[in-house]
Amino acid sequence: MTLHQSFRRQASHVIAHADALAVRHGLASLFAQEPLTCLSDDLRGTAEIVMAEVLNNIVEHAYAAQSGAIEVSIDLGENGLECTITDSGAPMPSDDLPKGKPYALDQMDDLPEGGFGWFLIRSLAQDLQYARFRGQNYLRFRLPAHALVA
Amino acid sequence: MKVVAQHMGDALVIRVDQDRIDAASAIQFKDQMRQLTQTGAPRVVLDLAQVAFIDSSGLGAIVAAMKGLGPAQKLELSGLTDTVKKVFRLTRMDTVFTIHSDLPVSLAKAG
Repeated sequence: MTLHQSFRRQASHVIAHADALAVRHGLASLFAQEPLTCLSDDLRGTAEIVMAEVLNNIVEHAYAAQSGAIEVSIDLGENGLECTITDSGAPMPSDDLPKGKPYALDQMDDLPEGGFGWFLIRSLAQDLQYARFRGQNYLRFRLPAHALVA
Repeated sequence: MKVVAQHMGDALVIRVDQDRIDAASAIQFKDQMRQLTQTGAPRVVLDLAQVAFIDSSGLGAIVAAMKGLGPAQKLELSGLTDTVKKVFRLTRMDTVFTIHSDLPVSLAKAG
């Protein structure tokens, strides 16, 4: 049996009553599952950076007023990891994803202490898609194999 | 959030004894950094060798710790692990901080 046949190709997890601590525990649970356990340390690190930013943004913004559940599904395909995250919180402003613009780093007194989240997500994830459907947010993206190995 | 501070020569070395600085611990980390650096040590070295993961909240907390220092104080970083290094590189914060791969020899000896 080859390695590819021997591990589950999908990991999924539901974070109930999502807050920052529940996100931390949810990430630990996800990353203890196959196929994430089979990735290189580098791949795992990249996946955890993106996943943590996405989940923390949901807690801070979509569930700012009222907490709820976040459902995460990760599939290992030929082109990398296909990730789908669903929540029932507030929609994205203007029904669109934040731009995650670069920021100026030349003013030492005025360095940004936030706003890195979407910048990191957009730096590492590809094919970002957002949809609002029947009161739920759906975010899909791919972590391409070549970016994961970089 | 467990951090341990130790004076070594003219430097205050602050070691984070925790495997992550994330959204759940960033505020606490920021508060502890503010308290520990109030002594006014001119050189503060933050030892991150035990930290395997940092998210944008943790990064923001380190930036806030640097901005909270007095004009005669400087914050340096040491022992960034691979994923932490990646976050600093992608956000270009590696250009803002002095980063040592390990604790500077002079300090390690002093300890």
